[in-house]
Amino acid sequence: MDIIVCIKRVPQTAEAEVSIDSTGKSIQKDRLTFDMNESDTYALEEAVLLKEKFEGNITVLSLGYPDTDDTLRIALAKGADNAIRIKAENFENPDAFQTAQILKSVIKTINFDIILTGCIATDDAYSQIGVTLAELLEIPHAALVIKVDANEQRTHVHRELEEGLIEHLDIKLPALLTILTGINEPRYASLIAIRRAAKKEIQQLGKENIELEDLVINSVIEELYVPPVTKQVEILTGSPSETATKLAGIVKEKGLI
Amino acid sequence: MDYFLTEEELEIKELTRKIAEEKIKPVRAKYDEEDSFPWEIVEVFRQTDLFAVLVPEKYGGISGKVIDVVIVTEELSRVCGGIGLSLGGSGLGIYPVLISGSEEQKHKYLPQIATGEKLAAFALTEANAGSDAGGIETTATKDGDHYILNGTKQWITNGGEAEIYTVFVLTDKSKGARGASCFIVEKGTEGFSFGKKEDKMGIRGSATRELVFDNCRVPKENLVGREGFGFMIAMKTLDKSRPMVASQAVGIAQGAYEEAVKYSKERHQFGKPISAFQAVQFMLADMATQIEAARALVMATARMIDAGAKRYAKESAMCKVFASDMAMKVTIDAVQILGGYGYMKEYPVEKMMRDAKITQIYEGTNQIQRSIIASNLLKEF
Repeated sequence: MDIIVCIKRVPQTAEAEVSIDSTGKSIQKDRLTFDMNESDTYALEEAVLLKEKFEGNITVLSLGYPDTDDTLRIALAKGADNAIRIKAENFENPDAFQTAQILKSVIKTINFDIILTGCIATDDAYSQIGVTLAELLEIPHAALVIKVDANEQRTHVHRELEEGLIEHLDIKLPALLTILTGINEPRYASLIAIRRAAKKEIQQLGKENIELEDLVINSVIEELYVPPVTKQVEILTGSPSETATKLAGIVKEKGLI
Repeated sequence: MDYFLTEEELEIKELTRKIAEEKIKPVRAKYDEEDSFPWEIVEVFRQTDLFAVLVPEKYGGISGKVIDVVIVTEELSRVCGGIGLSLGGSGLGIYPVLISGSEEQKHKYLPQIATGEKLAAFALTEANAGSDAGGIETTATKDGDHYILNGTKQWITNGGEAEIYTVFVLTDKSKGARGASCFIVEKGTEGFSFGKKEDKMGIRGSATRELVFDNCRVPKENLVGREGFGFMIAMKTLDKSRPMVASQAVGIAQGAYEEAVKYSKERHQFGKPISAFQAVQFMLADMATQIEAARALVMATARMIDAGAKRYAKESAMCKVFASDMAMKVTIDAVQILGGYGYMKEYPVEKMMRDAKITQIYEGTNQIQRSIIASNLLKEF
């Protein structure tokens, strides 16, 4: 089974302070650390599990700047066989649709049975690449997948919907699945594997190496800003019995009980 | 401070930090409370080849360099001073073989340590032989192709959990320390059993047990070096392993300091975060400075040993004594900054303070370290 995993290198912002840069369209990145997008690590682990079951080949693919090679190397150390970086420096801030177009133009030159992507990128949170890519490739897809049970021709998948609902699908391969966090337990790249991966070549594709259709510009970032603080919180003051009385009054007044 | 770590050293540091944060942090309080052995974490170390840093490539590892061991130890200890000792204790346990073992012994035992398939332990201390290691009473008597071991070792890290033990005994009682020898004893050897497991103040989750030898027959091939070389092997081992204890101390202090900084920015008193008060700022500044000074000494000592220095007992003792005294002070200050919360088990700093204490005591008390430093420096003039 040949598998393609699309991954993205993203800033780690969960515990960092984020501020807007001078363009007003992006964040300041110089003090942030970068790593593989969280749900992509689960997509990669799912690919490695499928490979362990069916054999085959895993290709990891990323549209990114040169430092993305570090992330791709970790993917190689975790079990991917080939890595391709599409040079982001050759493109001008592509939006999600254009990114999917670029990925498609590379993927159509590779044999695959399944494409796995993370379900969402933690930086821009568009959740578009996977499904758009599937549409452009004209293959079936399932988003928000929490279980994969594949054979050579088809795959059963579980999708997690709102309110804890699970949808069970049967999909014909080749197909694309966007993977939710928690589907598996991503392994660490071991030290020996990291050292072995350091010697592997990462294929670098520039604009000139890709047969690209006209990129469609659908969306442009106009502004990024921190919403101004508005007064929507009322802090009750006074002794506990006074604040309790005030609180009970508000609850009654708003008709909540 | 930037210590200009190589690409490979950075990889080791990053991976260890990830494991410490993701796997050890969530369970450290549990192991501190239960004091059971953290096999689930040992399994993670195995899968990620972390044990391989203890052993040179020639014997199935990836390093064997002191710098890599101190990097790993600091990162593990930053999160938990106890759990990582499964690895550190293995390093200490196998150093006698690495330093003085035959090629045959190295090829037999080191690859098993490099994969983490087996843990090792170092057994020198006895009830009546601590700082005065020359006072050991466990004996080995030659009997044909075997030696027969009798006696009891005390407070042995990884005791009971490890498979491979380097044990220091007297082969000639009349010669005292010059009559000491080192043997490799495998778990399961007849006459070798384990005594009680100790209930410790800190580094809980690290197994500390008695080893009991009752007419235990060990093949003569298991003698490390030659008869009478035991004391020298023990001293060389400790010279090489003390930077590891120092890095454990640096890691514990670093963890406590980070908790203190974080808390000082969150805790508000008199209408401001307590980090806005000079009283707290100066404490934090001193903590950071002392940690960095200790780390710099450990790093410099590790680089010196790895570069092939012949003598480093003084430097090794200096980094152990400085880092462990520093860790005790920094963890006490961290508890002080967290105040009442710091005294509660709900917060991690009281554990860090308990964990720090051992670094002033084991692998040679800090009083013994000062003796080593003094006796070396007096020879220099």
